Amino acid sequence: MTDGWYAGLDPGDTAAGTTAIREGSTSAPDEWPSLAVEIGFAEDEAKYYELLHTATMAATEAAVQEQEGADDRQLVHAVRSMTDCEQTANELAERVAEWGESRSRDAGSGVEYARELAENEGEDAAGAQLQSLAQRVVDLDEEAARLRSYIERTAPAVAPNLAALAGPVLTARLLSLAGGLESLAKKPSGTVQVLGAEDALFAHLRGNAPSPKHGIIFTHEAVRGTHPEHRGSAARALAGKLSIGARIDHYSGDLRPELQAELDERIETIQARTEGEKQ
Amino acid sequence: MTLPDGVERHAFDGETALATRGDPVYGEDTDGSWRRWNPHRSKLGAMLVSGMETGLTGGETVLYLGAAAGTTVSHVTDFAGPTYAVEFAPRPVRDLLDAARTRERLFPLLEDARQPEQYAHVVEPVDVLVQDVATRGQALVANRNAQFLRSDGRLLLAIKARSEDVTADPEAVFEDVLDTLTERYEVLSTESLAPYHDDHLGVVARPRRDGTF
Repeated sequence: MTDGWYAGLDPGDTAAGTTAIREGSTSAPDEWPSLAVEIGFAEDEAKYYELLHTATMAATEAAVQEQEGADDRQLVHAVRSMTDCEQTANELAERVAEWGESRSRDAGSGVEYARELAENEGEDAAGAQLQSLAQRVVDLDEEAARLRSYIERTAPAVAPNLAALAGPVLTARLLSLAGGLESLAKKPSGTVQVLGAEDALFAHLRGNAPSPKHGIIFTHEAVRGTHPEHRGSAARALAGKLSIGARIDHYSGDLRPELQAELDERIETIQARTEGEKQ
Repeated sequence: MTLPDGVERHAFDGETALATRGDPVYGEDTDGSWRRWNPHRSKLGAMLVSGMETGLTGGETVLYLGAAAGTTVSHVTDFAGPTYAVEFAPRPVRDLLDAARTRERLFPLLEDARQPEQYAHVVEPVDVLVQDVATRGQALVANRNAQFLRSDGRLLLAIKARSEDVTADPEAVFEDVLDTLTERYEVLSTESLAPYHDDHLGVVARPRRDGTF
């Protein structure tokens, strides 16, 4: 037995209908119009379709608005906040570990240790302070996780192609480094390739270092999974597709799955070089 | 080839083209209430123009996957019955909403066609399933949505070779997709959509009647 979107609804309650369309789900379709008439949700099918039109229009309008409300600026703030939360959590976790060591020989380290401590009541005044501090670490860590899931939900709406190619978090980091989707779209792919490696780049420009092969895109599997000797090529190929993706996202906004296929193909070719050399 | 009721060949400034009757949506040529249906902008339009036997008669219930900005689905609603339009990307859906405002029997849904359970509580069983999604795994999408199609219904599918694999030979891609489709469908006919759409194959299929063949 499955339920249609109108199950348990008052036909006059448009807001509830909108929510039911957006958030509902069921395993299989059914004869919703005739069933709706049967249970008296609508007096006839014409009236049912009228209610359905109102509800789907409102639901889809609201869904579009929510996804579009998440713009690149929100994403940039979210990813910077996530990084701050993670860094602060780690720093405080070190402090907690150091303090913990002074009180117990089998003190652990990191956020995990803080999580353990936070669960136990402190025995004395100092212990209570330590436990409270450990709780802050746990809170920050959980805040970072919530920010990450916000980024994962909204990045595909803000930049569908980038999110498909680079994943939501790397997409947000690139937007953050470039200062937004428009400026990322206007950067040449050589710049995208070394975004996040500015220190190395300027050292190179001063003439006392080799040119960086990759910046933040190093975290992408296409670069990291490639033999170091060929990472430069992989990074160049990836950066090329990313800057095309950024331009489509900024100027048109529709998803082009062929970009992903082209990238996979190119990376496979590059990675095959290493295998060829091994033989 | 028979055109469904509500679709006609109509003259626009001396040129004859497919047309349906309704409010204009995307700046197409109009003549009175007739709107020109451009096969270059619509895969279903191209299937009709190239003479495929779609089985469409007019007035059917339709589930349209990959409605985008509503270019094609607006024509479909003009001649069909209740039409459910599923599209995943929010930006084109803005235009789809505009097209649906004057079309009482067009129901837009911002959903992912790969997850039919997210809209099965809204969509009723349909006579026609139209699919035009540019994603990998197009056959999988069609198979997952087979549950919406009545046993005597039709799947009208446009396969985009480049969405599956840009480098492979389109013919090989089509073969692969058609092969996966046979899990749930019996393919009735196929036709290249050139010159309107490069590397696209139009497919007419019906649900497999298990045990009968």
